[in-house]
Amino acid sequence: MRAYASDEALDRRVAGGGKALVPYITGGISADWTEYLLAYAAAGADAIEIGLPFSDPMLDGVTIQRASDRALGRGTTVEAILRDVAGVSVGVPLIAMTYANLVFRAGPASFCRRLVAAGITGLIVPDLPVDEAAAVARAAEEAGVALTLLAAPVTPGERLAEIGARSRGFVYAVSLMGTTGERDTLDDAATRLATRVKAVTDLPVLIGFGVSTPAQAAAAAAVADGVVVASALMRRVLDGATPDELGRDVAALRAALG
Amino acid sequence: MILMAEPAAGRFGDFGGRYVPESLVPACAELAAAFRDAWTDKTFRDELDELLAVYAGRPTPLTPARRLSAELGITLWLKREDLAHTGSHKINNVLGQALLARRLGRTRLIAETGAGQHGVATATAAALLGLSATIYMGSRDIERQRLNVFRMEMLGAEVVPVTGGSRTLKDATNEAMRAWVADVDSSHFLLGSVGGPHPYPWMVREFQRVIGTEARAQAPSLPDAVVACVGGGSNAAGTFAGFADTTARLIGVEASGGAAMTGGAPGVVHGTRSMVLQDAEGQVAEASSIAAGLDYPGIGPEHAHLGAIGRASYRTVTDAEVVTAIHRLARAEGIICALESAHAVAWVLREAGTPLLPAGSKVLLTLSGRGDKDMVALSEGAEA
Ligand SMILES: Cc1ncc(COP(=O)(O)O)c(C=O)c1O
Repeated sequence: MRAYASDEALDRRVAGGGKALVPYITGGISADWTEYLLAYAAAGADAIEIGLPFSDPMLDGVTIQRASDRALGRGTTVEAILRDVAGVSVGVPLIAMTYANLVFRAGPASFCRRLVAAGITGLIVPDLPVDEAAAVARAAEEAGVALTLLAAPVTPGERLAEIGARSRGFVYAVSLMGTTGERDTLDDAATRLATRVKAVTDLPVLIGFGVSTPAQAAAAAAVADGVVVASALMRRVLDGATPDELGRDVAALRAALG
Repeated sequence: MILMAEPAAGRFGDFGGRYVPESLVPACAELAAAFRDAWTDKTFRDELDELLAVYAGRPTPLTPARRLSAELGITLWLKREDLAHTGSHKINNVLGQALLARRLGRTRLIAETGAGQHGVATATAAALLGLSATIYMGSRDIERQRLNVFRMEMLGAEVVPVTGGSRTLKDATNEAMRAWVADVDSSHFLLGSVGGPHPYPWMVREFQRVIGTEARAQAPSLPDAVVACVGGGSNAAGTFAGFADTTARLIGVEASGGAAMTGGAPGVVHGTRSMVLQDAEGQVAEASSIAAGLDYPGIGPEHAHLGAIGRASYRTVTDAEVVTAIHRLARAEGIICALESAHAVAWVLREAGTPLLPAGSKVLLTLSGRGDKDMVALSEGAEA
């Protein structure tokens, strides 16, 4: 059950008492986008989430929407992103984040095999709740991909236990009721949810959505095993910040997490 | 039984389901339970029936289209949803959902709209029941349906322009769902058609069933064919529901530029698995139709199922045929219908006398809405 590469890296960090940092990048956002992967890894990322852009990112706020539009506007495709990823050696586990339609269109088995062939060993699908996840979970398991499920502040206890039992790699605790996007403060719901999830699973529990600053990351990780940071980084990428500059942002998050 | 019961586990054969973020699952489950409960509660049904009668103007008539019938060599009856309050069938579903929202203690309605008819109906129900309404509308649709924006605002709703993506109904739906996630405790997402996660396809079909039930009772005899335009497919689903257990052929007419059944493939968009216009990797395509209400790359999952099992068939007509049809119906019958509804008319005009609709056929056609909203665009030369 814990045979996934992405499990091991997070487990190592968490078992050593550390806090996991998983920064996000939209695949294909620029011609040299894989440079961001290398910069993130060098700056202390434990794993990296790669967004496979979708035309209708229903759970994303304006920043990730703009990033997805820009990537798709450049003509990027899943095929091109996976080719790019296969061509670099990042050194930390890679996790794909995308919407259900891209997975089902390819067919879950074929989709997961292609991820693995490119060196991606985790998958997060925000519009695939646990009740609808069976086919993708089976395909992921067969291919050796950790399908990570999301828990939300409104998830009732029984469902939370089921999510904890069926998730792989880690459990993604969605910090707030809303879309992705930067927030001024960390929602109290985030740490409350992380506490509840930790009570029902041995997997690492990472808080994501709205984690915007090193201080917020530290506050989230006081309860959770780590954080996912997306919009705060993608705003910088959209504004033209270089891989080196993003590396410094990730290093600051790393430092705050200890 | 098709078009009758609650779909088991929210599925219509291979289609349907509830592909939503975890944050929305409890709200969908609560809504399904509330609708199941309300739909068998006589008090709720009586209150809705009363509103449909004294407020929305139901039953709407079934009008024999005498001159057009004679010209085409068929017998054509028109189910007149254009005569319902606010000018389309959308009010049937909206009144039902708004009462349900109130029953759930929600104070705000969130809706997407394409042509603006659903937005106007939602703004109307909000005013009637003392709820607030936020309507998401693509900025392209705002340009071509200005009159309806003005109506929504006059009714006290807030209209939020959506500038992402294709700036039409698909993008307005994304934005409405985003707004719902952020306010599930006090808002009800009042979806306007038979798409979306379970229970919407079932619930909206049931609220629109009144069209088919009335039409069945009003028709002098059983029609050979029942025809309706299809965007998401709510007026068609409601109409078809009244004839599911008959031998009548069920025909949905899509815009050629938004033909999910004809040109799409199975996919998951806006919370449901159905037929979707998309590329080889699953990026959703932008639809393109003269009728804003049909400018949508998906279709309700029960239609995908009805098509897959062959119980209903789905055809397309072009923008040019639609413009011709709206004029011909106006001249022949004195009825100016909506561009959406004119799709159904256009198909009948084209096929009357062919093997698809042989001479002498009895045809029942749902005229889903009136054309006032389209007059500015048509007068400015949205020509064939
Ligand atoms: C008059 C009219 N007919 C039809 C439609 C399409 O919706 P549906 O297919 O759900 O009936 C619309 C949608 O805006 C409409 O305004």
